[in-house]
Amino acid sequence: MIYRENGQFKTTYQADQQIFTIAQDKIFVLAVIAFAFIGIPFLVDEYLFRAILIPFLILALAALGVNLLVGYCGQITLGAGAFMAIGAYAAYNFFIRIDGMPLIAAILLGGLSSAGMGILFGVPSLRVRGLYLAVATLAAQFFCDWAFLRIKWFTNDSSSGSVSVSNLNVFGWSIETPIQKYLFCLCFLVAFALVAKNLTRAIIGRQWMAIRDMDVAAEVIGIRPMYAKLSAFAVSSFFVGVAGALWGFVHLGSWEPAAFSVDRSFQLLFMVIIGGLGSILGSFFGAAFIVVLPIFLNQFLPALGSLFGIAISTAAVSHAELIIFGSLIVFFLIVEPHGLARLWSIAKEKLRLWPFPH
Amino acid sequence: MKFRSLALAASIAAIGLTSTIATTSAYAQAKEQFFPVIVYRTGAYAANGGPWANGYVDFLKLVNAKGGINGVKLSFEECETGYATDRGVECYERLKGKGATVFQPLSTGITFALTEKAPVDKIPLITAGYGRSESQNGAVFSWNFPLLGTYWVGADVAIQHIGKLAGGLDKLKGKKIALVYHDSPYGKEPIPALQERAKMHGFELQLLPVAHPGVEQKATWLQIRQSKPDNVLLWGWGVMNSTALKEAQATGYPREKMIGIWWAGAEPDVKDVGAGAKGYSALTLQHGAEPGSKVAKDVLELVHAKGQGTGPKEEVGSVLYMRGLISAMLGVEGVRKAQERYGKGKVMTGEQTRWGLENLNLDQKALDGMGFANVMRPVQTSCLDHMGSSWVRVHTWDGAKWNFTSDWYQSDEKVLRPMVMLASGKYAEEKKIAPRTPEQCKQ
Amino acid sequence: MGFFIETLIGGLMAGMLYSLVALGFVLIFKASGVFNFAQGAMVLFAALAMARFSGWANAALGGDSLFLANVIAFMGAGIVMWIVAWVIERLVLRNLVNQEGATLLMATLGITYVLEGIGQTLFGSEIYSIDVGMPKDPVIMFESLFEGGILINKEDFIAALIAAILVAVLTLFFQKTPIGRALRAVADDHQAALSIGIPLNRIWVIVWCVAGVVALVAGIIWGSKLGVQFSLATVAMRALPVVILGGLTSVPGAIVGGLIIGVGEKLSEVYLGPMVGGGIEIWFAYMLALVFLLFRPQGLFGEKIIDRV
Repeated sequence: MIYRENGQFKTTYQADQQIFTIAQDKIFVLAVIAFAFIGIPFLVDEYLFRAILIPFLILALAALGVNLLVGYCGQITLGAGAFMAIGAYAAYNFFIRIDGMPLIAAILLGGLSSAGMGILFGVPSLRVRGLYLAVATLAAQFFCDWAFLRIKWFTNDSSSGSVSVSNLNVFGWSIETPIQKYLFCLCFLVAFALVAKNLTRAIIGRQWMAIRDMDVAAEVIGIRPMYAKLSAFAVSSFFVGVAGALWGFVHLGSWEPAAFSVDRSFQLLFMVIIGGLGSILGSFFGAAFIVVLPIFLNQFLPALGSLFGIAISTAAVSHAELIIFGSLIVFFLIVEPHGLARLWSIAKEKLRLWPFPH
Repeated sequence: MKFRSLALAASIAAIGLTSTIATTSAYAQAKEQFFPVIVYRTGAYAANGGPWANGYVDFLKLVNAKGGINGVKLSFEECETGYATDRGVECYERLKGKGATVFQPLSTGITFALTEKAPVDKIPLITAGYGRSESQNGAVFSWNFPLLGTYWVGADVAIQHIGKLAGGLDKLKGKKIALVYHDSPYGKEPIPALQERAKMHGFELQLLPVAHPGVEQKATWLQIRQSKPDNVLLWGWGVMNSTALKEAQATGYPREKMIGIWWAGAEPDVKDVGAGAKGYSALTLQHGAEPGSKVAKDVLELVHAKGQGTGPKEEVGSVLYMRGLISAMLGVEGVRKAQERYGKGKVMTGEQTRWGLENLNLDQKALDGMGFANVMRPVQTSCLDHMGSSWVRVHTWDGAKWNFTSDWYQSDEKVLRPMVMLASGKYAEEKKIAPRTPEQCKQ
Repeated sequence: MGFFIETLIGGLMAGMLYSLVALGFVLIFKASGVFNFAQGAMVLFAALAMARFSGWANAALGGDSLFLANVIAFMGAGIVMWIVAWVIERLVLRNLVNQEGATLLMATLGITYVLEGIGQTLFGSEIYSIDVGMPKDPVIMFESLFEGGILINKEDFIAALIAAILVAVLTLFFQKTPIGRALRAVADDHQAALSIGIPLNRIWVIVWCVAGVVALVAGIIWGSKLGVQFSLATVAMRALPVVILGGLTSVPGAIVGGLIIGVGEKLSEVYLGPMVGGGIEIWFAYMLALVFLLFRPQGLFGEKIIDRV
């Protein structure tokens, strides 16, 4: 009954093509966004901001980018971490080498550089497909790991190869406290999520999906695979690159290539698959799941142990964490291969009829 | 369907439990000096991170067994990072909220990230034997304490040692020294100091990076076989060290000509190479393996004998265990010193501890009294020198244990000081930090 | 010249070691269409089991016969790997039949975490050694021909030999035995195989078991070379370019791919590396594989991918 849409008539094409065609959805999402902007800053302590919310926002943005490529265009990538690195280092260079470079411009330019490299590393996708492509994208990962360690120009000749930024500000407001950082990332995420949602509804998104479902057939009906695939790589890398720049600038403040290692790439792919391939909402669920679960297990297991009077050592906790994390991933894949987003839509379906069974 | 509802139930239960834990952890605060313990007991570097963590925790337990710092008991909590920077930052944020006294991350990557955060939160950062070399300059890096030595000190002493073996630093001219290093900020830190020395003495420096985690070094050692350097400096961590020694054996490079940094000179690095590593030497951060020292015996007697030991008994006194123990001791002594000024028997804040660390003065008598006789030399810090001591010895693996094989060395301040000032000046300029003046230092 | 040959030989032997890991990938992909990222974790798990069993057996036997201890440990580790295969089939694969490649890939990544966690919990996370009596010192040959001679690493040589034998045995197993025939049938077409009465589930257990044994052999060789510790799992990353270069479905492809990658990366590191600062071998291997893929998208020996609308 909660989701009853009786009486909501669509009388124009415009109304039919809105992002949220059901009023409840629209109100709910707007309420969540409003709460994120207004409510959370008053309710949450610093630890939650810095250790969970900010990483969640940034990684959700990255997962969004990966989802555009993997979920919408069907090109599996294991090199997303590399594009985060490109975004971060490019933004860093724009930021320190050009005097008076505004922060947002630097971050967006970082994203653009990443998009450029994304096109370059996307070229093999025109010929190589599926798992072969997935492994081939690792080439980008390892190349970037190496390049940012070895080529001194990228790191402004820092002797250790680690770079850092400080004194961030936007239009005269400094971004220092956790709340400011959180709001800054939130603005990016909301704007980019809107862009992503609209892209996937537009002609370009439909082309991607056609390529994903069957690229030969898509070609037959007149979609240029080169344009579609490369644009997917470019847009995806742009998102991921912006996320990388935020990760470096806002979350870490000082970083080295190891912050964007192959583990990060796997993590992003996990988010997308656990969350739901081809679902914007799924990217958020996936990011939340992957960010929160390890931290949760890490704190929950000792507490559980002490409840029964057993002191669990840190090593045992982290091993148990690995085991539970891995099992949960397998469990979720078995239970719902289409991800958490599908669970959500099933829940919505149920709510539509509730309390009647059918 | 059954599975699906199960999954849903599980996630809801998880959310519920998180909230309960969030509330329970709030009242954990007490009138105790809280030491966060950032460790890695799992992952690629677990074999080396484990003993360090055990030593660190055992010393905190020892202090408690002896009655605390002027009566103030210590509490601590471990947080596992797996050597990953973002996990380290998460740990920092979590433990910071519990009133952390001092952080010791045991990872150069995490140190770099925390260097940005520590001044904001006013929590000092001890990086005994690692971290940023230029952070020795406390006027710029108020919150970093690379106590006992930095990588530049290590690089400097390594060259001094090689020079001494060759019969004088002037004999280094025309020689070739290869640096086999972990390809990360950790491995790259010594390069500027080595280049400086190469310029001074006219030897050739060959740089050979090894990618994380360092299990594939065949090409590296083929290059060494080809270029035949007179000495090899090993700047590895974890499995990279033992692999390097095995490859050296497999390509026939004499182990006697290899010198490791103090992170490449512990039992896990050589144990499974055994006799193959015989003759390999490594620098020490003052101490080597010290199972005979009084402090190790104290730990066995007051902590392990009561069944409170953190790791296995046999590990007490091993190289990395001692490193962890000494790191903890330095933090505790910082608090003790701070109590002298801000009130004995009180819990010190991070800011007060920082003052204590900056005015640390551990003379030989104090060290001997704590059971560190023949383990350590005096440490005295100041505003301009957050390192406090740069004594280094060399020890050599005889196939079964480490033995000291050299006198004490000290890094050459004439060489390193200008580099530290230059690099920290550059950092201050980048970050728009005004270095503290001598007057400000006194506060 | 001598040095070039030495590098070449070193590369070939490193390549054989990669193929050993790559073989596991190929076996499983052929039979179940799963790109098994957990192969690296299986190598680690098997090596940990082997190292600890060997240590325990040696202690139980009073340290008299290392050989006997190793044989016992090998059998024990083999049984452990069989259990692992059975559990994976039961709990994971059976429930994921007919899912997309990406989902299966993620599931194996999940398995990776579980295996790493269980392995370290059961067997500890320190460095252990496997002593199967591999010679450690090098031999130098052809000293009269080249200055300094050509150095051959005895350990690598024996390892390469073992890898070659293993491949021969596996080829025979696939071609000549009834189980092998069934495996090939399953690889060609699951449904057809099922319809003529081949028990799919049992075949999967067998394949994962064989892959487990391959992982065990790889684990013993790599473990005796590097010491048994967590980083052993990362050798999978080195074997991936080998797999895609050779073709995901081809056993000989894994060998040839391994040799090409091994030689390619060692030569590049030694000759190109110094020009750009070194440390290039890992990405060079991937780039090399990528270049081959541009010409043959299914790898050198992979089955041709045919698209139908």
